[in-house]
Amino acid sequence: MTQACTAAGPNHEHSGHLEHYDPVANRIGMWLFLTTELLLFAVLFIIYAVYFHDYRPGFELAAQELNRTLGTLNTVILLTSSLTVAMAITAMQKGARRLCAGLLGVTIAMAALFLVIKSFEWQAKFDHGIYPGSDHMVDLSKGENLFFGLYYLSTGLHAIHIIIGMVFLSIVLWRVQSGRITAERFSLLENGGLYWHLVDLVWIYLFPLYYLIA
Amino acid sequence: MSAHTETTHITPYRVFVTVWVALILLTGITVSVTALDLGKLSTFTAVMIASVKASLVLLYFMHVRFEARLIQIIFLVTVISFAVFIFLTFADYSFR
Repeated sequence: MTQACTAAGPNHEHSGHLEHYDPVANRIGMWLFLTTELLLFAVLFIIYAVYFHDYRPGFELAAQELNRTLGTLNTVILLTSSLTVAMAITAMQKGARRLCAGLLGVTIAMAALFLVIKSFEWQAKFDHGIYPGSDHMVDLSKGENLFFGLYYLSTGLHAIHIIIGMVFLSIVLWRVQSGRITAERFSLLENGGLYWHLVDLVWIYLFPLYYLIA
Repeated sequence: MSAHTETTHITPYRVFVTVWVALILLTGITVSVTALDLGKLSTFTAVMIASVKASLVLLYFMHVRFEARLIQIIFLVTVISFAVFIFLTFADYSFR
């Protein structure tokens, strides 16, 4: 669907040719894709809900291992990055291209910071022998094993989305700077923003379910 | 639908900043509420606060409030599908 709005890229010298540009249709395409993403994570939340229901004590014990301070810090970072990408769209709509590019740069930098903090968290778990299939995990209860298994699966899949979002927004930033995204034609920027908000949306639920149940 | 580009809604910066302040405050509330130990209610409260935050992100950051009707419908169908999945899963698990 993102191809739909980039398809006109090679023709952009003919900037008069706007007849194939339909921003609403571009967003509809993006939203159809986002629904599949939402349902992908929804399945992980349903699995979580069922096992939380069955193994609540193990989940609450295992959640104590997670670093609540780093989790809260990462929440604030992601919420702020969502703000900057949303403001980047307003900046572009008002024709402030340099401000738009700056805000996108800040968003990408915060995404990188999120990943750095996340990697410290995972490293600390690995150092304590908490990773799927470790000797230490074998000794833990079934509830704790399920919790950490789901923790790695959910935050790992989320981290992959952060990386894809960084690549997506970097392409958007490059196109803003090269003048291919303009105040009249900014679907790719809007769709990049939508993707980034999805990443934020998923984290809004991951954070309380994994960090705050102890 | 293609002729509406000039009437595109531009969200002012201050709306985004206000939403962000609300999101940060709600994060603070959800972290401090967990410390209160409300027992069984604590997870429910955390999910409710998360849903308020998610609604703010969807309505304002993701622009759903000002979006084309078709996009609003697409989103609602997704939420309803999720609710049906949850209902069917728990209808199964609760009566085994």
